[in-house]
Amino acid sequence: MPEVTLKIFRGDREGGQTADYQVPVSPGMVVLDALHYVQKHLAPDLAVRWNCKAGRCGSCSAEVNGRPRLTCKTRMDSLPGDRPVTILPMKSFPVIKDLVTDVSWNYKVNKKIPGFKPRPKTEWKMRQEDVDRVQEFRKCIECFLCQNVCHVLRDHGKHEQFGGPRFFVRVAALEMHPLDGISRAALLKNELGLGFCNITKCCTEVCPEEIHITDNAIIPMKERVVDEFYDPVLKLVRRIRGEKSARE
Amino acid sequence: MASTSPTVHAAVPTGSWWTQIAPVVLGLGAFSVYATWRAFEGAYFWASPYLSPFYSPLLDVHHHYWPYSPALLILGGPLGFRATCYYYRKAYYRAFFLDPPACAVAERKRNYCGETRFPFILQNVHRYFMYLAIVFLVFLWHDALHAFVFADRFGVGLGTLVLLVNVMLLTLYFSSCHSLRHLLGGKLDCFSCTNFGNARHSTWRGLSFLNEHHMLFAWTSLFSVGLADFYVRLVSSGAIRDLRLL
Repeated sequence: MPEVTLKIFRGDREGGQTADYQVPVSPGMVVLDALHYVQKHLAPDLAVRWNCKAGRCGSCSAEVNGRPRLTCKTRMDSLPGDRPVTILPMKSFPVIKDLVTDVSWNYKVNKKIPGFKPRPKTEWKMRQEDVDRVQEFRKCIECFLCQNVCHVLRDHGKHEQFGGPRFFVRVAALEMHPLDGISRAALLKNELGLGFCNITKCCTEVCPEEIHITDNAIIPMKERVVDEFYDPVLKLVRRIRGEKSARE
Repeated sequence: MASTSPTVHAAVPTGSWWTQIAPVVLGLGAFSVYATWRAFEGAYFWASPYLSPFYSPLLDVHHHYWPYSPALLILGGPLGFRATCYYYRKAYYRAFFLDPPACAVAERKRNYCGETRFPFILQNVHRYFMYLAIVFLVFLWHDALHAFVFADRFGVGLGTLVLLVNVMLLTLYFSSCHSLRHLLGGKLDCFSCTNFGNARHSTWRGLSFLNEHHMLFAWTSLFSVGLADFYVRLVSSGAIRDLRLL
């Protein structure tokens, strides 16, 4: 059986470095299998977060050869076999141990978002054409690969000012809900820092669920922020109609 | 908040990320140089019945009010539409600002503001350039149809087809615009609760289909508009003769 060298990050909050492990590659093997091999035979103390091993739970996110991926969906035979495979923890979050990162910051951001609030006197009927868009966003498995790859968090560390693609998807799902009755445009602009996103589409590129994050969630949300804050004509129309803006 | 292993991440080979941005730098760079030269040239834009798209609509061609090239009066519109376009923003932020150069490739540390401050906060006026683009499209369709008229008779030259294909690609680029998709349907939360909801939903779905190919239309229309101008220039300057097909 051919062997491959895995260079796996070993360390914690204080720092660390990669260590080399030789792993036999079997047909159909994924990176998570290789990590389990290392845990079982070579380094029992290797910390790896995983759960379903089927690409549904979003737990096993890491960076394989510099690219954010789910290790359970990355086949070993898709990687160059003649070079070591480097496996690092997600860069945008603090390391707890080895490949396990502390993603609790995401849950704090999530709490800023007001949940679904139906319109007054809602008739609880929805047509398929009205929920098609939202259903795409419901595929999110919260692997946080999009958060990890986003350069606003990854390189510029704007965790205090920026919500990240995952939460723009969540807000989009609520905003486009046919029965939801509140606007989150001010939240997007002020609390979640949507303006920091310069739509370079890396979140879309790494999404394992193939959600069109940028085109279907972020850009429509940017347009709604423009509706509320940057479009003087719409502002005038709202004033003439006596409608409230999201700021009021 | 950041990983405690920045040096470890920096040591990972990032691959040949520059191969992703090199075509963008070359394509946008070459077009910018050519378009700037042609805009300032102020000549060879008319070869009856063809008008270069860089000079349409043709304003003050006899320099009564504007002493410079007439293209300079109008090119701000198309330039603004493309410069604020969501696709081109991705392309030039990556290729020219290296912000980021590619996904998961480290960029230089600095005070990043994204599109929250001047000048990039002006990207939010994209929809106004889109409104302006409608005016340009009307003129370009007029020019393309006018290119079928040779001395008051119907005819077809190679230039006719060049202008026609160009305006069709420009129309597809315009129709796949994210702002248009938003304004014609995307802004609604509930299609079935709105007047003309079915029509707006169908429109939104059609525009969404086109929107998936926005990058393709952005590039093909960019090249077609440059080639259309180049063809008119060649004919106008006498370098070649227009091939008459009908």
